[in-house]
This record gives sequence, C-alpha cells and structure tokens, in this order.
Amino acid sequence: MAELVVPLFRVAHARTGDKGDRANISLIAWDPAFYAPIVDQVTPEVVARRFGHRRPSGVRRYLLPNLAALNFVLDAVLDGGVNEALNLDAHGKTLSYLLLGLDIRVPACLGPKLAGPG
Amino acid sequence: MDLLPPLLIGCAAGFSGDRTDAAGPVVDTLIARLGKRPAAGSAFLIFETLAERTLALAQLRRRADPQAGYEPLLDDMLRPVLARCLQYGIRIVSNFGAANPHGAARHIAAMAGELGLRVPRIAVVVGDDVSGERHAGLLASHLEPGCDATHIVSANAYLGAEQIGAALDAGAEVVVCGRVADPSLTVGPAMSYFGWRADDWDRLGRATMVGHLLECGAQVCGGYFADPGYKDVPGLDRVGFPIAQVDADGNCIIGKSDGTGGCVTEATVKEQLLYEVHDPARYVTPDVVADISAASIRLVARDQIQITGVRGHPRPEDYKVNVCLEGGWLAEGEISYAGPRAEARARLAADVLRKRLDGMPIRVDLIGRLSVFGDDGGELLAGIRPGAGEDIRLRVAAHSPTRWQAQRLTQEVTALYCCGPAGGGGIRTALTPRLNTVSCLLPRSAVPARFEMVAGHG
Repeated sequence: MAELVVPLFRVAHARTGDKGDRANISLIAWDPAFYAPIVDQVTPEVVARRFGHRRPSGVRRYLLPNLAALNFVLDAVLDGGVNEALNLDAHGKTLSYLLLGLDIRVPACLGPKLAGPG
Repeated sequence: MDLLPPLLIGCAAGFSGDRTDAAGPVVDTLIARLGKRPAAGSAFLIFETLAERTLALAQLRRRADPQAGYEPLLDDMLRPVLARCLQYGIRIVSNFGAANPHGAARHIAAMAGELGLRVPRIAVVVGDDVSGERHAGLLASHLEPGCDATHIVSANAYLGAEQIGAALDAGAEVVVCGRVADPSLTVGPAMSYFGWRADDWDRLGRATMVGHLLECGAQVCGGYFADPGYKDVPGLDRVGFPIAQVDADGNCIIGKSDGTGGCVTEATVKEQLLYEVHDPARYVTPDVVADISAASIRLVARDQIQITGVRGHPRPEDYKVNVCLEGGWLAEGEISYAGPRAEARARLAADVLRKRLDGMPIRVDLIGRLSVFGDDGGELLAGIRPGAGEDIRLRVAAHSPTRWQAQRLTQEVTALYCCGPAGGGGIRTALTPRLNTVSCLLPRSAVPARFEMVAGHG
C-alpha cells in the first residue's frame, strides 16, 4: 500500500495542560481515519524520545476512540514546573507543537483528508 | 420535576486577568434565551479567576491591606452586568473572593448601592483557608518532609459544590467563594437547581465536565486554538465566551454568546475536554471522580456541541490542599544582537556570563534560534550547531535563595553594554520573588466548610 510521510500536524491537533511538574498533551485526529495510524506510530516510547532532553520520568498514553483522540501524560518533564523551571514557558504550554513536529506515515488514499496547505 | 426547563450557565472569566468585557454578551444571550420561558432561577453567570498561585498572591496583598485580597478586576468584571443579572434573576457564582471573600462581598454590596440597585442576597463560602494557627500542626504533619512550614504564604483546601448549592438553596443571588474546585462553580448551581443528591455520581460527573468545559472561558470557543491555515477561527479579536445548556441528567450542549467571534466545534470541545486531564477515567474533584473514557460529542447546530456518555464514581475521602511557600528569587536578563554574526555574538555573550557567574547555574536561551522547547540543563541547545541567526535575543535565567545573590545575574547582564560583544542592545532585567506550591490531603472533618449569608437579608 502506498504511503505518505507527513508532519503530525497534518493529521491531528493538540493542546498542552500542566499540573505541577507534569504535562498532559492531547492529540486529536482531524479525521477518524487517522486514528489507527496515530495509535500505531505515536507510542509512549516515541513520545518519550521526542521529549528526551526534558528527561521525563514516565510517559503514559490513554486512548479515547470515541473522540478519535489520545492523551499523553509526561511526568517530571517541566524542569520542576511553574515553581522551579527557568524556562520562559514554565507551564510547558508550547510543547504541543514539539509533539506535532513528529513525522507520521499514512496510507496515500487518505491524502485528501490531510489538514492544511501542506 | 421533569418539567424544569434546562439550566443555562454562562462563563465570563477563565482566569484572573481575563478580558473584562466578556460578561456583557454572555448576559445578553442568557436574557435572550430566558425570554422564551419563565426564568425560575434557571440561569447562572460564573467567573473562574483562581489559578494555582493566584491565591498566594492574593494572600500577600491582603497582608499588606486587610481590605484587599480578592480579585483585583472584580469591579471591572461585574459592574457592567450586575443590574441586568439582578433584573432577570441571573445568579452569580464565582471564586473571585480569593483570599478575602468577605471583602469581595462588601465590594459587591457597595457596588449595588452605587448603581442604585437593591443589595442582592450575597453568600460567602468559607473554610477553605487552612493557613491559620488552628491547622498549623495538622498541616505540618501532612506535608512532605523537607517542606518548611514556617515559609507558608497560603494553604487552601479545594472545597466542592455542596456549600455553593446550599447557599443557593438558602436564596443567595450571588455566591462568593475562595478556593473551590473550578468545576464546582458549575456543579453547585446544577445540584441546587435540579435537586441532585451529593452521591448522584453519574449526574455530578456530567456536571463536572460541563464545568470543566466552561472554566477556562473562551478556550472552548476558539480561544487558544487558532493556527492559521490549519485551525482558522473567525473573529478571534472578539471571541465569545461559553454558555452551557444542561439537562436534568447533567448532559449538556455547549455554545457561546450571540454576536461574538470564535467558534464552538468538535475540535475546540475535544481540546478543552482533555485540557489538564490525566487519566480520562479518573478526573478527580472534591465532588466526584468524573470519567470521560466513554464520552461522545456531536455537532447539533452551528456552534452547538452536545456531550454525552460521561460517568461518575464516588468522590475522594479527603480534601486536596494547595500550599504556597516562599521560594527564593528568579533572576532574568535579556539582550538582543542583530545583523551579520548576531548569533555568534550572542553565544559569546553567553560564554562571558557563564564565566562571570561561575558557580551559579544559569539557563541560556537564544530566542530566535531555540528557547522554550529547550531544557534548563541546556542539552537541546548544546546539540544545535552554531548558525547564522541574524536577529537573536539572548536570555539568561537563574534561581537564587536570596535577592542579593540573584542580583549578581542582572548586574552582569547590564554590564554587557560596555563589557560584552559588539552591538548588543535592548537589555531588560527582572528579579521576581518565587512561590513554591506543594499539595497534601486533609480529612474532610478537619476542614470546616460552610456558607454565610452576609448581605441583602429580607
């Protein structure tokens, strides 16, 4: 089956939330057809690697098939969080876009469903 | 009671510092929807203005001025709509009492007088503040070892919806809270209006997620969502604030105020539904453990999204308590370099600062190249080859236990004007006191939550 390699932001959108030193990032498929490739490829291991420089102590993934969405919870990924981090963005609010920069493979037949101008 | 019209709840603030002109269109829309049927106390306006550390800052203001300590924007938020709310029976519930709910209640009573209105029946919910002598021993025994209780700025239990509901049952038209769980601002009105029991877990779970969708204001209506070409939002400059229509089972349709910008779509609702959620089957509040693992959403009309399938499980035994402690100082400094070799000059400036501030761990950002995605240890930045950035703002930051130690950094950044690389400009420095937050659990029996009717009797 022919495949396309595209940035994740063409198949999903995301929002980060924080509590203490823990971030959650929702990842929501633009179309239910993208849910399966996302579940297959955006694994907790892949996400932990993407945020490796932040040294997460754990990455958990929750699946919400009714919403065609995933929720990632990254522990100890905010350099101490809003209490202690020296980052301008101590809340980690920008991090959804670090996740959305990953590449993903999708069946070529789903090309017309991709979001954005490419 | 199945003839009750649906409950309408509008939210006009999602944090302290939110837009103060949000409430007008929300109230206008509530009035328009009430027009078609008897009011019967079925409409509410909520303001959510307390983030984790907002309350500690409020406590510091109250120490400096015993009349202060409630939401500084209270007047700007409420004055434009108070008359219409009272006229149409729209009741107001908010945590804008912060560290001084009684002060906020006095302010609202005075505001009504200034506007020539009758003074509304105002209730305050109290008992959340556990920073006093009475709880000192208990708090110390529940905090993690190493937490110095002598540096406590504020300690507040997250109260639930029960006291809000009881105050409304007693006839309150305005309920002023300090620390309550954000969704409880919605659950309280729903409990009171529909007469739900405090162990009706599924209904409380559904109302909790309605509150969760409302509590960040515009964030469910296209605020904090737009991404040109991918997530386009019409009229973001005048984005509307949300209004939920809740039925007797707690299911809801979420929409927004009429005549405003923004949009309510499956995508905006999904992002907000999962915002700050960890395990979707266990969203814990003092009222219930809400469960959205089987939730579904459906577009029912333009800017109208229905949420179903939310469940609830029994509430936790204990209250969560948020404790803020004095936490030293944050020192920051920035300087810009532009044009040929700007990045090389910014990197040289960073090297100078590292040498001058020997022994003080500093974070370095090259804004325009890599900043917020990086880590405090500098690992990501170290992996990036020096480039030819032509407009780079160097930022350095450090944490110090005392102000005078923190000042070393700001002085060294300032000295870059004459002693640093060529062509640096636009220096800004800042020293900010920090607050650390920790949390612990206290038994409900140790937290004397109650409401007091303080104004507008008779």
